[in-house]
Amino acid sequence: MEDKKHHISSFNSLLMVLIGLFIMTGISVMITEIHFSTFSVGVALLLASIKGYLVLTYFMHLKYDEPIFRIMVFLILLLFAIVIGITFIDYLLR
Amino acid sequence: MSHEFNDDVGKKMGMWIFIFTELFLFGGLFLVYAVFRANYTEGFHSAAADLDAFVGTLNTVILLASSATVAMSITAVQKGNNKLALRFIIVTVILALAFMVNKYFEWGHKFDLKLYPGSEIMEQLGKGEILFFGLYYMMTGLHALHVIIGVVLLMISYFKVKNGTVNSQKFIFLENSGLYWHLVDFIWIFLFPLMYLVT
Repeated sequence: MEDKKHHISSFNSLLMVLIGLFIMTGISVMITEIHFSTFSVGVALLLASIKGYLVLTYFMHLKYDEPIFRIMVFLILLLFAIVIGITFIDYLLR
Repeated sequence: MSHEFNDDVGKKMGMWIFIFTELFLFGGLFLVYAVFRANYTEGFHSAAADLDAFVGTLNTVILLASSATVAMSITAVQKGNNKLALRFIIVTVILALAFMVNKYFEWGHKFDLKLYPGSEIMEQLGKGEILFFGLYYMMTGLHALHVIIGVVLLMISYFKVKNGTVNSQKFIFLENSGLYWHLVDFIWIFLFPLMYLVT
């Protein structure tokens, strides 16, 4: 039925990604313990974005699936960014 | 020669499109959070300080681990090791239940302190605090509902792997259940810093 070989993620690579996610969780907790207010919000969100990227790429298998899935996810995230951007432009210029 | 039509890419695309609608469901709430946070910075600061960062961190670790185990269960099925896959799914479900138990105690503690929408103590708080707790209950509650749905999907996957409907040739049901479970994890990755860390 399926002639194309399906990529199988190895247990080791999944484990490495998990360890990476744990380390970044640790860093974001430690950084927000020191109160830098605006700076720590930025860093926490940056780390969350990297973690989200890892989950999408490796756990959700986007790296190895058909490119169309990657393109769709990228466009949806772009659309969300635009929605946030336009809302804030509206609020700031009121 | 019988040729069974099986469009796994189409099935996966359907799941992804559904996931996009879910992202915008939560995305709308994140947008509300961002706007109110910008308008009531002080209230959000003091209200977020009331949340227990330890419980939040513990639940983050639990969800990340469960996301890895469900991915591993797919690997096991693809390698033809259904027994190992079943174990990974069980571990995932146990972690999901641990998450819910934590959530139960966390919300229960808030209720003991009379910090819930409409309580007398809540009404005496500032607008920012009220908005923060409203969003906290709405967003973590909606997320918890997704955890429950995810557990149901994982249980169905468990039985499908057990009776062989999901096997090393046909595993799209488990893959799509896994995608749903990763979505639950993905949303929590952003909920966690915004609710618990950024005080």
